[in-house]
Amino acid sequence: MNSFLGALAWLADPANWAGDDGIPVRLLEHIGITAVAVFIAAVIAISLGLFIGHTGRLSFLVVSTTGALRALPTLGLLVLFALWLGIGIGPVIIVLVILAIPPLLAGAYAGVESVDRATIDAARAIGMTEWQILTRVEVPLGLPIIVGGLRSAVLQVVATATIAAYLPIGGLGRYIFDFLPLRRFEPVFAGAILVTVLALVLEGVFAAIQRLAVPKGVRILRGSPAALGAGRPARVEPAADSDGADSGGADSDRPEYGGGPTSSPPASHTHSHPTQ
Amino acid sequence: MTWVLANFGQIWRLTLDHIALSVPPILLGFLIAVPLGWIAHRYAPFRGAILTLGGLLYTIPGIALFLSLPVILGTRILDPINVVVGMTIYAVALLVRTAADAFDAVSGDVRQSSVAIGYGPVRRFFEVELPLAGPVLLSGLRVVSASTVSLVTIGSLIGVSSLGYFFLNGLNRRFPTEIFTGIVGVIVIAVVFDLLLVLIGRLLLPWAHVARQRERRGRGAAA
Repeated sequence: MNSFLGALAWLADPANWAGDDGIPVRLLEHIGITAVAVFIAAVIAISLGLFIGHTGRLSFLVVSTTGALRALPTLGLLVLFALWLGIGIGPVIIVLVILAIPPLLAGAYAGVESVDRATIDAARAIGMTEWQILTRVEVPLGLPIIVGGLRSAVLQVVATATIAAYLPIGGLGRYIFDFLPLRRFEPVFAGAILVTVLALVLEGVFAAIQRLAVPKGVRILRGSPAALGAGRPARVEPAADSDGADSGGADSDRPEYGGGPTSSPPASHTHSHPTQ
Repeated sequence: MTWVLANFGQIWRLTLDHIALSVPPILLGFLIAVPLGWIAHRYAPFRGAILTLGGLLYTIPGIALFLSLPVILGTRILDPINVVVGMTIYAVALLVRTAADAFDAVSGDVRQSSVAIGYGPVRRFFEVELPLAGPVLLSGLRVVSASTVSLVTIGSLIGVSSLGYFFLNGLNRRFPTEIFTGIVGVIVIAVVFDLLLVLIGRLLLPWAHVARQRERRGRGAAA
C-alpha cells in the first residue's frame, strides 16, 4: 500500500503539474493523440460502414477485418511501424487508426443493419431518396450502436496510446516508461492511475452520449440483435423477457460486448479488446 | 529465415512461456465467469452490480492493471503472476456478460420441464442449463482466448517473458524479422487455441454443430 500512497503523494506534488512533462501537458497529449487517431479512423470507417450497411455490399469486410485483428498483437504492430517509418508520432497514429477502424466499422454497419426492413421500405414507399433514407431513418435509428462503436474505439486507442509511449512519444504512458527503468515506482503508479481514471471518465462520457443518442420513442431491447450490435437475426430465442431486470442499468446498452446469445465469434465483431 | 532457424531454441522457449501465461487466464476466467454469470442471470439484484463491475474492470488499460496489481496483491512488480492475474480479470470481465446472456437465452419452458420431471437445482444446472448455454459460452471463450494470447505480449514491457520480447528486442536491434517472428508466433498460438476450442466444442456440444449446418442448409434452400 506504501507505493499507492507514494503515487498519491506524487500526484499531489505541485511540481509534477508544471512544465513540459507536467500532468496537464501529458494528459492533453494523450487526449490529442487519441482524438486525432479516432477522428481519422471515424471518417474512413463510419462512411464505409454506412455504405456497407445501407447497400449490403462488401459486408464480408466487416467480419474479416474485425475477426482477424483481435489476435494481432498491438505492441508488435507499433514497433514494426516505428521501425519502417521511423520513430515519431506518424507511425503511432497509423497503428492507432488501424486499431480504431474495426470497432467503428462494425458499429456503423451494425447500426444501419439493425434498422427494421419494414421501416426502410416504408421510407422508400413515401418517396424518400436513398440519401434521405440513410440520413433521416437509418442513421438516427442506428445512432446508439454507431456511438457504441465509437466508444469501443476510443477506449482501445486510449489504452494503446499508453503503450505507444514506449516508442517514445508523449502521453500519460511516459510516466510509466520513463520511470520504470529507474525503479522509481511512484510516478509509474501515478501514470497507471491517471490512465485508468482517463479511461473510466471517457467510458462514462460515452455511455451518457450513447444513451442520449437513442431517438425519442425508441427503446433498444436487450437481447435483440440491435442491442448486441451483432446485426444478425436472432438464432437463439432473444431474452427480451428478462429486460426488466436491468433496463436503465449502467450496462444495459453496451453493444460492443457483442458476445450475446445471437452471436458466434465472427458475429460478435463489434467488440475488440480495448485494454492494451 | 536463417535468423528463425538459428534462434529456434529461443523462439520455442518464448512460445512455451507465452502459452504458460495464456492458458491459466483462459481456464480460470471461464471457471470464475460461469458461476458469476449464472448468479447475474438468476438473481436480478446482483445483475447490475456484477455486469457493471465487469465493464469497469474491462475499461482499465492493460499496462495500468499489470502495474497496479503488485500494490493490491503484494507481489513483486516484475512477477509474471501479475500478468496472469490481470489477464484473468479481463477474461472474467469479458465472459461474465456472455455467460449471463447465455443463461438468459436458455428457454424458460425447457427449464420448467426439467423441474417438472424432478431435476434438482444442481442437476438442472449441469445437465440442462450449462449444456444449452454451451454454444454461446464457447463463442465468448474463443474471443477471450484470442485477446488473451495477443495481450500477454504487453507483459514484456514490464519484463515478463513472452513472444512480446521479440518486439522490444527487434526494435532495439532495428531488426524487423525478429518482430515479424513474434507477431506470427502470437497469431499461430491464437489460431491453434481457437481450433482446439472449436474441437472441444464439437466433442462436448455435438448438437450445436448439427443445428448450425441445418440452419445453413435451410437458408441455402430459401435463397
